[in-house]
Amino acid sequence: MTAQTTPDTARRGPTTREPARGERWIRRTPLLPGLLFVIAMTQIPFLFTVYYSFQDSNLLRPDSGSFAGIANYGRVLGDPLFRNAVANTVVLTAGAVLLSLALGLALAVLLDRSFPGRGVVRTLLITPFLVMPVAAALLWKTSVYHPVYGLLNWALSPFGIEADWVNDFPLLSVVMVLTWQWTPFMMLIMLAGLQSQSPEVLEAARVDGARPLAVFRRITFPHLRRFVELALLLGTIYIVQTFDAVYMITQGGPGQASTNLPYFIYLQAFRAFDVGEAAAAGVIVVAATLVVAMFALRVVSSLFEEES
Amino acid sequence: MTSVTEAPAPAAAPEAGPAPRRRRRRPLRPAAGLLAWAVGLLFFFPVLWMFLTGFKQESQASTDPPTLFFRPTLDQYAAVLGRDFVPYLLNSLQASVLSTLLAVVLGLPAAYALSLVRIPQWRDSLFFFLSTKLLPPVAMILPLYVIAQNLGALDDARTLTLVYTAMNMPIAVWMIRSFLVELPKEVLEAARMDGAPRLTEMRRVILPMIAPGLAATALICFIFAWNEFFFAVNLTATRAATVPVFLVGFISGEGLFWARLSAASTMAALPVIIAGWTAQRWLVRGLSLGAVK
Repeated sequence: MTAQTTPDTARRGPTTREPARGERWIRRTPLLPGLLFVIAMTQIPFLFTVYYSFQDSNLLRPDSGSFAGIANYGRVLGDPLFRNAVANTVVLTAGAVLLSLALGLALAVLLDRSFPGRGVVRTLLITPFLVMPVAAALLWKTSVYHPVYGLLNWALSPFGIEADWVNDFPLLSVVMVLTWQWTPFMMLIMLAGLQSQSPEVLEAARVDGARPLAVFRRITFPHLRRFVELALLLGTIYIVQTFDAVYMITQGGPGQASTNLPYFIYLQAFRAFDVGEAAAAGVIVVAATLVVAMFALRVVSSLFEEES
Repeated sequence: MTSVTEAPAPAAAPEAGPAPRRRRRRPLRPAAGLLAWAVGLLFFFPVLWMFLTGFKQESQASTDPPTLFFRPTLDQYAAVLGRDFVPYLLNSLQASVLSTLLAVVLGLPAAYALSLVRIPQWRDSLFFFLSTKLLPPVAMILPLYVIAQNLGALDDARTLTLVYTAMNMPIAVWMIRSFLVELPKEVLEAARMDGAPRLTEMRRVILPMIAPGLAATALICFIFAWNEFFFAVNLTATRAATVPVFLVGFISGEGLFWARLSAASTMAALPVIIAGWTAQRWLVRGLSLGAVK
């Protein structure tokens, strides 16, 4: 456990003396109810998923349920629809994360300064994140994207643009909704980053005659880097799991054009009742998530160590 | 899942450095202020549109070009409430309020053990909570469904309550811990010098000081539970279905009744919008699991 050997631990950790063995368990008791509850509710189901993934299990075939080895994994990895779902997930996640991060940063720069009604604008901007995702998806599908009555075609009609957004650009339609919902999240993190800058340093740079763009590039951006990385990490974790928007807006279609991994697994399990393959796909997703997350955590923490 | 725990706290990174709260902000040029207002209104517009459409007649809700001026009516709200909306609302309330209370009740002692008491491997436990956030719900839904089926607990608001509690525990533990870590050391040491037992210390000293933090944590947990759809749609049917499930049934059952749908969506979204506006100071802390203040 490398983390505990870092000097950081000693400073941030509790400061009492080393306790005796029996006392440790007494001290641990406040932690146990919550910890055991979370283990029961998350790890036990996950272990079951691992178990199912090695079973030939289909709810439509009563005779199924025998040990299948790694056959399910072979079927999943060989399934073109699974690979299609992987590709869609990457496009959806990368598109929504990067767009909302860029927009969020731009908005945070605006909101970092004072102007009349700043608080109101901030409140308006965070609202999309608060709207129930299912309601937001319905709203966009019916009122914004509708080919005849939609606000988007109406707003773009002066430019001669008209489209059946959900059918012609299914992935883009989902990315736009996700960007609308997640920009407030990115903006809040970026704003926290901007506001934690030392005002003395900025003032000194300005007194020395540095131009605003140079100040941003040389001082603000390096300072923001940790916040950008945190936003990327958290945004990816949340957006990779997108289900509501796909389910409500495109149902993964047309065909499988906008099916992402959560929706693919949902279809396998609750529409095709192919429990074995759905479970194998789930295990693969968890493994991939862990690899990506571990990589991301390493990057972030190594940068943290560089700075300190 | 423990492998994640080997990395040192990255989330703690932005904690470092002073956070000057009351810094005097330089004013923005008027043009940039106008731009900020324009973008703010643009982002808010779909929500405003949903709110307005709920007060239209159906014939005004889907028109080309869109209807901007109309005489508001409460017909759609009456229609939604007449369509058994209330049981869904009560299910949502039960699942989100109870799960929030449970998450805080279980999360507070856990956060206390992981911050103010020295217990071995506290970092491992802390990162274990975080790692459950990485576990996609789709990877757990099948076993949860089968287990609930075998226990006869499908379509039961209590099942949903427990699932939401587990879903919100990482947020509760990390967020409450971030408030506990900030408590002034002198006050805690003074309480301990007086020989106060830990429970008394918790009740008399710690709880009053972190009460606003607990309220913020509760609001964040409530937001996530109220808006949750995936577990709700897969684990409930008719008796325990929540508000998001109601909205889905609405569109498949009634086709294009946009005005009525907008009225229903407005009622569904309103509690969380109000909770979020109230908690906006702490929103970023909750979303980043306590990493960003």
